[in-house]
Amino acid sequence: MRHTVRLGGAADFAGWRDAARDLLLGGIPPQEVDWRAGDAGASLLEENTAPPPPVMPPPRVPPAFLELAEAVICHSDPARFGLLYRLIARLQAERHLLSDAMDADVVAARRLEKAVRRDAHKMTAFVRFREAPQAEGARRRFIAWFEPEHHIVAHTAPFFARRFGDMDWMILTPRGSASLTDGTLSVSEEPARKPDLADPTDELWLTYYANIFNPARLKVKAMLSEMPKKYWANLPEAALIPDLIAQTPARVAAMAEQEMRRPPLFHERLQARATAEPTSTAEGLAGLREEARSCTRCPLHCHATQTVFGEGPDRAELMIVGEQPGDHEDLQGRPFVGPAGQVFDEAMRHAGIDRGTAYVTNAVKHFKYELRGKRRLHQSPNSAEVEQCRWWLGQEMALVRPRLVVAMGRTAVLALTGRAQKLADLRGRVQALPAGPAMLATVHPSYLLRLPDARAREQETIRFREDLAAARNWLSAPTSSPAR
Amino acid sequence: MPRSLRERLAILSDAAKYDASCASSGTERRDSSKSGGLGSTEGSGICHAYAPDGRCISLLKVLLTNFCIYDCAYCINRSSSNVERARFTPEEVVWLTLEFYRRNYIEGLFLSSGIIRSSDHTMEEMVRVVRELRTTHGFRGYIHLKSIPEASPALIEEAGLYADRLSINVEMPTDAGLASLAPEKRPQGIRRAMAALRTKIEEASEPTMRTRKRQRFAPAGQSTQMIVGADEANDATILATSGRLYGSYGLRRVYYSGFSPIPDASSRLPPQKPPLMREHRLYQADWLFRFYGFGIEEITAARPDGMLDLDLDPKLAWALAHREDFPVDVNRAAREMLLRVPGFGTKAVAAILATRRHRRIRLEDLGRLRVSLAKVRPFIVTADWTPLTLIDRDDLGALLRPPPEQLTLL
Ligand code: SF4
Ligand code: SF4
Repeated sequence: MRHTVRLGGAADFAGWRDAARDLLLGGIPPQEVDWRAGDAGASLLEENTAPPPPVMPPPRVPPAFLELAEAVICHSDPARFGLLYRLIARLQAERHLLSDAMDADVVAARRLEKAVRRDAHKMTAFVRFREAPQAEGARRRFIAWFEPEHHIVAHTAPFFARRFGDMDWMILTPRGSASLTDGTLSVSEEPARKPDLADPTDELWLTYYANIFNPARLKVKAMLSEMPKKYWANLPEAALIPDLIAQTPARVAAMAEQEMRRPPLFHERLQARATAEPTSTAEGLAGLREEARSCTRCPLHCHATQTVFGEGPDRAELMIVGEQPGDHEDLQGRPFVGPAGQVFDEAMRHAGIDRGTAYVTNAVKHFKYELRGKRRLHQSPNSAEVEQCRWWLGQEMALVRPRLVVAMGRTAVLALTGRAQKLADLRGRVQALPAGPAMLATVHPSYLLRLPDARAREQETIRFREDLAAARNWLSAPTSSPAR
Repeated sequence: MPRSLRERLAILSDAAKYDASCASSGTERRDSSKSGGLGSTEGSGICHAYAPDGRCISLLKVLLTNFCIYDCAYCINRSSSNVERARFTPEEVVWLTLEFYRRNYIEGLFLSSGIIRSSDHTMEEMVRVVRELRTTHGFRGYIHLKSIPEASPALIEEAGLYADRLSINVEMPTDAGLASLAPEKRPQGIRRAMAALRTKIEEASEPTMRTRKRQRFAPAGQSTQMIVGADEANDATILATSGRLYGSYGLRRVYYSGFSPIPDASSRLPPQKPPLMREHRLYQADWLFRFYGFGIEEITAARPDGMLDLDLDPKLAWALAHREDFPVDVNRAAREMLLRVPGFGTKAVAAILATRRHRRIRLEDLGRLRVSLAKVRPFIVTADWTPLTLIDRDDLGALLRPPPEQLTLL
């Protein structure tokens, strides 16, 4: 015998769920069930609405099904209840049915779900509240009229409660209504009638709508696909659309034909003032730093964030030269602040040198990198770039006048000596540079970070610290002079 | 005679419409049901209306004032323009935002401003608006603040405390382009400001050791905009700049704004229609870079002039230039390769991967996913379909090229 289920309302999920459980327990196949919402389709024939005797184990469903069903039940398609029952019946044997995104029943349910979610989304977008008179001292009151395609009012009402918590509101629709009064949300399936609503603030909204539209970019189809005409009746701004479109050709033509006019007076005053403004007059290291900000000697400035200039006292006995700024240095504008900077700081501490007493800089002052996906990978500067940037290094040396320069890595050696040399040949020895100060070469701290083997890294780190300690010792020895 | 609020709203929204960004998504979740106040944000933003230009209206997008001491050639508000000028008081913007929000016209506010007097003065006025909204009125809706690159760090800090998103527009794809069209703007200053924002945003997203509480700073991140078609830069240059911006500053979005003619335009700019199709292709390419694993150079390598094909979407253009990589077996290929099939979106690829764990996929299965079979057929193999020599046809491009589209009036 066929079974008939009468649900409490069009989107009665709890009722559907209870009925479906009874039917599954009774082992009733989907094709033997008629589903009715409310008193729709009441027939004079006798109906079998009694739950069948349980013969099957308790049914089970994945949580994803409940989420799907809660949405699908809101659809206005009369076949939705049967479709859901078919799915839940199949799910008892086919546990993974829902992950088969191409199964016909799953596809049908997903389609209904999508339509419901879209309608609900459009409701959150297109409801327009109009202010209504309020009682003395009470919360402000707003009323909206909306016409959804599906039974979504109860489903969507919590959104409005979360959003408009500090006012009283009511949304009336032909498929029921929702309201928030003093913080209490209530919903009803009772069809409402369209009220008479008006709100002077709509005028401001229309003004905004008309002016935010750019006539030079008319794209009517794009608008229609997101704001279909079926919603227009309840959108105050939609009344403007035909005129806005009709005026477009004339507005665009007028813009094209408009003649150049003389700039307003204040523009001329501003321009005069700008040309009279003095440019920076800083001198010494500060002036040099200022100048380097806008360096364009080589192409590296185009892609990096900023010039990362040296940092430290105006005069220093010890100068440290690295290769070039890395990712962190580029973002912060300061040398040795990233991971390599931490290794460096640590080594300086071990060597007993206060970083604040040394002048710390790089051979090349802009970050060079290669983009891999969204990551910036360090790239070594080429010799032309080092050659261009040496000019700045020379200026820094001339002003800071260090006695000893520690060159960290091959690039620093190249910049300081003008020659590409093997680091291993120079490492750890103090030697004279042609232009005055002594130089001590060591590895770059990022080299230590790149060593894959922990033991090797440990040993190399010790050597690096020893090199820095040697620099300190050389500086504190009374008669230090470089080996020629 | 002083202008009414409505007249000024007309001027200051007209002045704001050239900024393409209107997104209101990707911020933290919050609501007013328990905590009081007004408003909520829940992941994806809502477009409350669409203008006849097809653009989403999600935020009240206005300028605090359209007076400006700068003279950027492409901008309707530049000091040499004869456009009508107006300004709002901060209280007026607060009032408009709240009243618009209560009527469900908008998701929140996108506030920007011409530069008046100084960068700090301008930024201070804007921060006043958002501070009022958040603290005095308990406003929990979305706020996007256009920040001024040279503003002082303290003001930026406060802006990030109240705003969901901050943005700084790079405006032009190259430094040279900016120097010639916006002589007062400093490209390095803009990049430095974006770098500082990235650093702050990342710091705030990691709970600090000391307070164990997150310092709130622009939870919806930062974005920027580039104007397309006002200078000579080609698409390869534009996209390379985007790639660097994404990589360097962790931007959520780069917006491309086809240069649109403005009233009282500078004679140095093209008086042509905005390049809408070009803009569309750039967004598609940007999408391929961000979600489909394409490198920028891969997308722009196809043509010697560095421009994207206006007739073909960039993914199809890439596939036609790399036929040796096709057909792709839908039942076997790795995700990366499925993503490269013209006509498969990320959702279709996810559905394919989920389904093929259970059974072999046939052509009709794909049809149910609302995938265009005509588009994908030449590029795939399924349990019941092999394209034979379709992929080798010389006229494949012509076969797949869409027929010219006509705009219909309403
Ligand atoms: S790397 Fe050096 S030379 Fe090249 S632009 Fe930067 S500061 Fe100038
Ligand atoms: S600073 Fe901004 S508002 Fe002023 S002219 Fe330039 S782009 Fe326009």
